[in-house]
Parts: sequence; C-alpha cells; structure tokens
Amino acid sequence: MIYTKDLRKTFGDHDVLCGITQHISKGEKVVVIGPSGSGKSTFLRCLNMLEEPTGGEIIFEGIRLTDPQTNLDQVRQRMGMVFQHFNLFPMKTVRQNITLAPVLLKKMTQEEADAKADELLKRVGLPDKADSYPGMLSGGQQQRIAIARALAMDPAVMLFDEPTSALDPEMVGEVLVIMKELAQDGMTMVVVTHEMGFAREVASRVLFIDEGIVAEENAPYEFFHHPQNARLQDFLSKVL
Amino acid sequence: MIEWLKKVGQSFYNAWVPEKRYMAYLSGLKMTLLISLFAVIIGIIIGIVIAVIRVTARTSKLRIVKILNGIAKVYITVIRGTPMIVQIMIIYNLVFTSPNTNPVVVGAVCCGINSGAYVAEIIRAGIASIPVGQMEAGRSLGLTYAMTMRTIILPQAFKNILPALGNEFISLVKETSVISVIAVNDLMKMAGYVGSRTWDVIPPYVIAAAIYLMMTLGLTWLMGAIEKKMAKSDKH
Repeated sequence: MIYTKDLRKTFGDHDVLCGITQHISKGEKVVVIGPSGSGKSTFLRCLNMLEEPTGGEIIFEGIRLTDPQTNLDQVRQRMGMVFQHFNLFPMKTVRQNITLAPVLLKKMTQEEADAKADELLKRVGLPDKADSYPGMLSGGQQQRIAIARALAMDPAVMLFDEPTSALDPEMVGEVLVIMKELAQDGMTMVVVTHEMGFAREVASRVLFIDEGIVAEENAPYEFFHHPQNARLQDFLSKVL
Repeated sequence: MIEWLKKVGQSFYNAWVPEKRYMAYLSGLKMTLLISLFAVIIGIIIGIVIAVIRVTARTSKLRIVKILNGIAKVYITVIRGTPMIVQIMIIYNLVFTSPNTNPVVVGAVCCGINSGAYVAEIIRAGIASIPVGQMEAGRSLGLTYAMTMRTIILPQAFKNILPALGNEFISLVKETSVISVIAVNDLMKMAGYVGSRTWDVIPPYVIAAAIYLMMTLGLTWLMGAIEKKMAKSDKH
C-alpha cells in the first residue's frame, strides 16, 4: 500500500533520513520507535509529503507522491494524520472540526457530515462534546477529537506522530484505547510512539529508526525479546 | 469672565448656525465617512493580497510568487517610508488629472493605497502568529493551501490582530483629513471653509475635532464589540 524506496531527507547539511526502503501493506500496524532526533517523525511526515523528501520515492496506492505532477491534496484525503499537539482548529466547534474537510472537499453534504461526526464522536467516547470548542477540552479529549477528524475523511491509512507524547500521563490510556480499537477494526496504521506497551500489543511490525536508517525491524515479540542491533539493545534497556 | 464666555459662545454660534453652516460640516462628515469606508475596504483587500503573497513566498518555489513578493516589498517600503501627503499629491496629479474625477474615488484610492501597506504588515504578523501545525492539519486532511488559508488560518489571524487593525482604522479615519489638500470637500476642508467665512478659524476646527473624536470613539466601541464576539471560542 505504501512503498518507500531509498527515502532521503536533508535539512541544510544535516542528513535526517539516509535511505529508507519500506513496504507497508494493507492492514499492517507498523510502529516506529527510536531515540529523539533519529528521523522517525520525519519519516512519518514524508509519507504524506508534509515533509518533502530530498531523495528517493514514495508510492501510495500505485501513485508516485514524489512525482511533482501528483495532486497531493487528493492523495492526502486518503491518508489521515494525527499530530503530537492535536492541531485542532480552535475557532471551530468539535463538530465543525470534524465536518470541515469532508464538506469543503465535497465528499459529503453538511447533513451527512454531521451524522458522520456524531457517529465518530460516539466511537471516540465523546458524544456530548459536539458543540464544545477545543479549548474547553482536556488534552486526551482533544486528541480523540483529532482522531475522529482524521477518520471523517475515510482514510485508507492513519499516520500517528507521537500521539500521546504531549499528554498528561493519566490521559495516555484513553487515546491508546481508541487507537487499539482502530487497529482491531483493520485500519492500516503507521505509529511513531514511545509507548512500548502499545507497540508490543498492537504492532504487526516494529521498526527501530536510528541515525536516519531502519536499524532493525521485526515482529514485536522478537523485537523486544531478542534485539540484534546493539543500539536497539541499548535503547530498549533505557526505556523499558 | 462672563463676557468672555459670551464671546466664545457667540463665535461658536457663528461657526454653526448662520447660513445653515452646520450643513457644511454634515456634508464634510458625509464625505469623510464615505472616503474612510471605501479606503478601509480597499486597504483590507490590498492588505490581504499583499500579506498572503508575502507569507506564501516564504515556502513557495514558484517564480511568479517571488516576483510578486518583490513588488509587495517595494510597495510596503515606499508607502511606509514616505509621508501620506506626498503620496496623495503624486497619486492625484499622476492619475486623477481629469477635471471631473469623483472626489470620493480620489480620496478612497489615495487613503486605501496608503492604509493597505500597514494592513498588510499587520495581517502578515497575524498569519505568522498562527502555529504551523494549523496549516499542516488542514493540508493533512486534503485541503488545498488556499482552502486552509481561507477557512483556518486567516480567521484565526484576524482574531489575533483585531486590536492592531482597529488602531489602523482609527488612524485612517483621522488621516483622511489630509486629502483636503487636493480640493476634496471633506470635514477638514469644510471646517476651513466655514472659518474663511466667519474670519474666526478656531471654533470650526474645534467643532471638526469634536466630530472626528465622535467617529473614532464610535470605531473604538465597534472594534471592542467585535473582539468580544470573536472571543466566544476562548477557554471559559
């Protein structure tokens, strides 16, 4: 579904991604871990071209995103993204946050989108918050709304960029629960996170990105119990 | 003392009542209001266009955007770096040389072009104050750059810059008085005209000052009301 070939990204003379070749199939839940500054967020942000790669290719559903002719806006409609800092639209109500894109992009009428918003809010456990503004909600609630907003576009894949890193500890769980449910429903997911428990439980594959390359990848059990790469062993000993 | 008050009262009476002089102020006021209104509209339109060009140029690689950005920079530098009265003289004599030009158009265009440069910088600062995550969130949903700008970034930017924008409009209303130099019969010009009839210039200018003050107070109140309304999404 998503294929990256020798993906490279350079900021100035600093190489962040040094050639990542990955194939993410439909239904996979790929969890990306790694030390900060390793390039894992950059890798994720390249997948929907929020960050423009300086080299290599990204192919999503047969469309080459790195081709300058590609209409990225259309492609992004099929790729949901959840950010570390939620990035909800503060001047819009929760319902407007969710319905804005589907209506503006003429995927749905306002009525259809409203119905969809109600359904999604029920799904993330916040059915009574439709008319609240994001500023009135807790971080955990905001992140659940952000997930609902991304789901409103019926994406084929969901990208999560450290979705729980900005949350107070007691709110991490409520967001992870939603993500687990999403995984069980068969959504294709790419998740950058520091939640090792989530990786172990939900991932179909775990990637360890270090210094711009995938230093190790494996199924979660093998990954956490028999790490091969020395840096990964060191990293795991610090975070587990 | 009483003599003096009587004298002052008489001169204000002379500046207001005989020959229906109050009508002169009213027609001047009407002209000033019309010019201010259209100047604000022109200023906002120019301001938004220039500000979006300036902001877009930071990330865009398109050649045309770079060229437009260059033009925008020159415009802002020249307008902000020269006195408005000089700009008015140049624009008036350069463009509006036909004897039957509409004074409202002349005034509004001159003041609007001037105000646009200031409004552009205010809006640019407002857009820059919005976290990049807002643009990224919009784009990640598949919205185009223009859609995200229009529906997400600009409304938030406007909310943040409302006080600064209010100040700009208040000074714009006051500065329209400068166009009296190009024979536009605005409030300032009409006050001078009354003074030339009564041979007593201070009372009509004091009256004009009072009318300007009422206009700016009204604007201050209006901006405050809008700010309050826009604050409804803030944390309660």
